[in-house]
Amino acid sequence: MAELAVELADLRFAWPGQAHPCVEIAAFSVARGESVFLHGDSGSGKSTLLALLGGVLVPQAGSVRVLGTELTQLSAGGRDRFRVDHTGFVFQQFNLIPYLSMQENVLLPCRFSVRRRQRALERSPTLGDECRRLLAELDLAPSLWQRPVTQLSVGQQQRVAAARALIGEPELVIADEPTSALDATRQAAFLDLLARECRQAGATLIFVSHDRRLAAHCDRSLAMADLQRAVAPA
Amino acid sequence: MKTLLLLALRSAWNRRLTLGMTLAAVALSSLLLLGVERLRADLRASFAMSVSGVDLVVGARGSPVQLMLYSVFRMGEVAQNMSWASVQWLAQLPGVAWTVPVSLGDSHRGFPVLGTTAAYFDHFRYGDRRPLRLASGERFDGLFETVLGAEVAERFGLLPGAKITLAHGSGDGPAPEHGDKPFVVTGILERTGTPVDRTLHISLESMEALHLEWVGGAPIPGLSIPPQHVRKFDLTPKSVTAVLVGLDNRGAVFGLQREIAAFRPEPLMGVLPGVALDELWQLVAVAERYAQLVSMLVVAVGLTGLVAVILAGLNERRRELAILRSVGARPRDVFALLAFEGVAVTALGAAVGALLVGVLAALAAPWLQAHYGLALRPGMPGAAEWRLLGGIVGVGALASLVPGWRAYRLSLADGMTPRL
Repeated sequence: MAELAVELADLRFAWPGQAHPCVEIAAFSVARGESVFLHGDSGSGKSTLLALLGGVLVPQAGSVRVLGTELTQLSAGGRDRFRVDHTGFVFQQFNLIPYLSMQENVLLPCRFSVRRRQRALERSPTLGDECRRLLAELDLAPSLWQRPVTQLSVGQQQRVAAARALIGEPELVIADEPTSALDATRQAAFLDLLARECRQAGATLIFVSHDRRLAAHCDRSLAMADLQRAVAPA
Repeated sequence: MKTLLLLALRSAWNRRLTLGMTLAAVALSSLLLLGVERLRADLRASFAMSVSGVDLVVGARGSPVQLMLYSVFRMGEVAQNMSWASVQWLAQLPGVAWTVPVSLGDSHRGFPVLGTTAAYFDHFRYGDRRPLRLASGERFDGLFETVLGAEVAERFGLLPGAKITLAHGSGDGPAPEHGDKPFVVTGILERTGTPVDRTLHISLESMEALHLEWVGGAPIPGLSIPPQHVRKFDLTPKSVTAVLVGLDNRGAVFGLQREIAAFRPEPLMGVLPGVALDELWQLVAVAERYAQLVSMLVVAVGLTGLVAVILAGLNERRRELAILRSVGARPRDVFALLAFEGVAVTALGAAVGALLVGVLAALAAPWLQAHYGLALRPGMPGAAEWRLLGGIVGVGALASLVPGWRAYRLSLADGMTPRL
């Protein structure tokens, strides 16, 4: 089993039609189980980097290894499968599909991935049980479970999204500005909760935010600009 | 696959108002296209089954289609009658098995009155060569007796023995009544699903008797001949509208047709019912084709609206598609999700349209039957309608590729963060 959760080397990605690469990283690695705080202003290439890690985008050059698998070697379908099998995502806001119930939202990865479903069933007798276990763990009271997701507060929605990212115990959890819609106290609480759950599950957490005050909650903190600069010896 | 289907259904339900309206548009446009086809096919079938076993329809020279329409379907009018002498000449021609003279012009509360002979009941055939049968009572025998079609009897609740008065003319607008000479209903025919159902049958002599004191379509003022005295007059008809002719041998029909055309004393023509109907359809075909073209355009408009609605919704759904991508949906799943929606709405809309055609046909059938004696077939779509349904769904599926493709492109470009 690979020691590293993420390993980037000589990575370069430019959006079509743009002369300058959006992401250019000489080397970057994250150990398994580590939580990394990545901060950068908007336009610094954070979201693009996460899309590369998720295998949604493919770099023009360099290697993207996630859990020892070289994503650039996989087919598009292979990357889609790998993504859901091994990665959980939490986005900025509007994380939930409005027409699905809370439980259906949480269980989405188990619908697309046999592995996630099996791992969820290893922990609980049924998918519903595992979903409820996670929701309770994330401080979502049972009284909320039947509520349409559109009626939840932003903080509650983000915790449902966290449950979706964590179900079936993916090795890697990627959070893209998940707290930006929350007020300051709730931001810290959410990040704490997410970091704690990842630690418990042994998952690697990559947490991206423009707000570096949150950095203290993670094992390691990096600036996007430093990552990018590492390759540009101008 | 199951997941995608469920997602598509839940998503569609979430937007049920917009999609419902779009579905209604597709359903209504399908209704139009299928309805035009149903009407077209059924009218043809109904016309074709209204007369069978008649080899020639003979009348004064003019438009064959008009003669057919008037003498068999009681539609329109003909300008000229043919003389009784010509009818007698026709009846004695070699090869002629039977002749049934028919005389039109009077009506009873909008229903046409047909003057004819008893031979009419023996020789007239409809549908698959089915003869006319009496449901109750008996044929007319003497003067001022009438045999009713099923529709007439039912409409006015008439039974054998009832008395009615006839009116001069087609019955549209105020027509002078033959009020002084009431008729007795002697019999009622079984329902045929043809114009016969709307017809009151009387003898040619009765027809003549009705008009004894009439000249040029109006009663002679001051002259009134009471019914008990009409027998003193010669009631041999002077002219009839047309003669239905049956031959011993159908092969002789063209020879006879030529002979009729060459008849010296009076300009006549013999019309083959099938040929006249074909001619009629050729006339109607242009209008039919326009109706079909217009209804196809309406379907195209409906499907364009559908695509527009799905495309418009797509922008609001980019977030949703990105979430699906993050949990492992492939771009082609996104494609399928959007394309399925279009196909499903089209298929459902077409099905609703077909259902509406059936319902409307069932509702309109009695009216068409009562007013034109035309049978409209309610219920299941015919072969041509199935083809049209297939066409609608096929074109809808093709059109659905557009939003599918657009979603596919968007989800590839967006990745997991829609750049709105």
